[in-house]
Amino acid sequence: MNRRNRLTSVAANAALVAYFMFALFPVAWMAILSLKPADQLFNTYFSFSPTLETYRTVLGAAGDEGVPFVRFFVNSLVVSVGAVALSLLIGLPAAYAAARWRFRGSENLMFTLLSFRFAPELTVIIPLFVLYQQLGLFDTYVGMIWVLQLVTLPLIVWIMRSYFSDLSPELEQAALLDGYNRRQAFLRIALPLVKPGIAAVGLLAFIFAWNNFVFPLILTSSEAQTVTVGALSFLGGDRPKYNLTAAAALVSVVPPLLLALTIQRYLVRGLSFGAVKS
Amino acid sequence: MTAPTETDAGAPTGTGGTGKTGGTGTPGAPLRVPRWRRSLRPYLLIVPALLLTGGILYPFGLGLYYTLFDFSATKPQPDLVGLENYLTIVRQDAFWRSALVTSLYAIGATAVETVLGVGVALLLNRSSRLGRVLEKVLILPLMIAPVIAAIMWKLMLQPSVGVVNYLLRPVGLGGVQWTDTPTGALLSSIMVDVWVYTPFVAILALAGLRSLPRSPFEAAAVDGAGWWFTFRRLTLPMLWPYVLVAVIFRFMDSLKVFDIIYALTEGGPGDSTVVLQIRAYLEAIRFQRYSLGISYMIILWAVVYLASMVLVRYLTRAQRRAAEAS
Repeated sequence: MNRRNRLTSVAANAALVAYFMFALFPVAWMAILSLKPADQLFNTYFSFSPTLETYRTVLGAAGDEGVPFVRFFVNSLVVSVGAVALSLLIGLPAAYAAARWRFRGSENLMFTLLSFRFAPELTVIIPLFVLYQQLGLFDTYVGMIWVLQLVTLPLIVWIMRSYFSDLSPELEQAALLDGYNRRQAFLRIALPLVKPGIAAVGLLAFIFAWNNFVFPLILTSSEAQTVTVGALSFLGGDRPKYNLTAAAALVSVVPPLLLALTIQRYLVRGLSFGAVKS
Repeated sequence: MTAPTETDAGAPTGTGGTGKTGGTGTPGAPLRVPRWRRSLRPYLLIVPALLLTGGILYPFGLGLYYTLFDFSATKPQPDLVGLENYLTIVRQDAFWRSALVTSLYAIGATAVETVLGVGVALLLNRSSRLGRVLEKVLILPLMIAPVIAAIMWKLMLQPSVGVVNYLLRPVGLGGVQWTDTPTGALLSSIMVDVWVYTPFVAILALAGLRSLPRSPFEAAAVDGAGWWFTFRRLTLPMLWPYVLVAVIFRFMDSLKVFDIIYALTEGGPGDSTVVLQIRAYLEAIRFQRYSLGISYMIILWAVVYLASMVLVRYLTRAQRRAAEAS
């Protein structure tokens, strides 16, 4: 390697390190902040006596700080899992139909679903806010699972259609010749073949549902509130509790981060709605 | 209604070529399924999705209907006012200020994320040992809820006790006001957006880089082409469709930014960072002027929809050009 090449490679590594410091420092800082005792919150930076008291307060029985954070966490879990399950149940057959048949209205349905992905959320939420109050769906799991379909269903249908389209139809044809009916060919042949895709898109949809903020902000108040809204509650009051906020923020990003690491390979297709395949 | 035709790619045609092999479920006894039932089949599969779509389109339609009234918490029995809400909005200075801030935010964030994301992708594509390690954590900021990211930065950017100003003190920049001035608040919000979404562009660009054909680059290397020439004439044109997908997603999403601004600046100072979705939120939820708030959103929706049509058409053309080139 000549001198010039070595210089370029040092510069490239330096640039990479600079970007990743910017990208990773905030997470590291939250970890530091979350270990600070209240009396050292505003007068120390990197040297202090660490404590786990913050986590005990955040995750403790509701009332320590008046914020039932554990319940928010459970709520996030319930509505995200519920939303993904409903979307898979409804979205998989639709994706299969859209991939295997070209029928009147199929493209329209697909693009209507895609437009949900890009519509400003409040366009639907404000009418829903009024509607939910009348229907008694305000601040309920059912209401949240229903509205989260805006996030999870387009993702699942679009990506699963691209997986089903990539699947050669020959296996299903062979099954049909063997006397399977369409439903059996779908359930026993096509579905098992796209299982990795289903797992990946299901997890990605879960992450997006979990990370959603604007739906629970407007359509829940206390019963069905989720972590993304709940994390803000420690900032209220006259004395913002930075250490508790940091702990809450960290706890609430653990599930999406862990899941994201397991589906790295499938992320490109998922993030681009099937537009880019890797 | 025409019968659905089975596509070439996905044609479960069986023997006859017109799909006569429906079968009844009893192996070994294939029976012909009546044509009307076969043509109904895709529709039955998508009925649940259609119902759900309808369930989402209904509130949208209801919202559109509300914009023709003066519906608010203080006026639960609203009167028909026609297009009055829309006229009120376009006559408000506040709307135009919001439109300007929204555009600046969307253009600024998308531009920085595109350049930075493609840059990071190019660096990671050199596949040094360091790059391979760092690539594993590239996704991290993108998987953190934007609202949580904004909360994290809010704590760090605190002018007096925040860690960023503490770290900047040695270089004489310990007193930056960050979110306390109008320009600073906008730039800070864009920075948080850049923090969250640069990995999105980088991941798509990296996937693009890795799928480019090798031979043009080998030929260029043999001809002794410089790095800039190769990048400008080969890499960039072939990579462009991938980058464009990322640009479209980022631009449309940042036009409807809500979470980051809500948690970082709450629209302040004053109303300097009140983007359109925040304005609609304030009108509809805080002041409970539902009709006016939804009208704001219908206008934004129309803009996003038009932008998407233009961008997607441009994308299709770029993809075709790239396919022809390679």
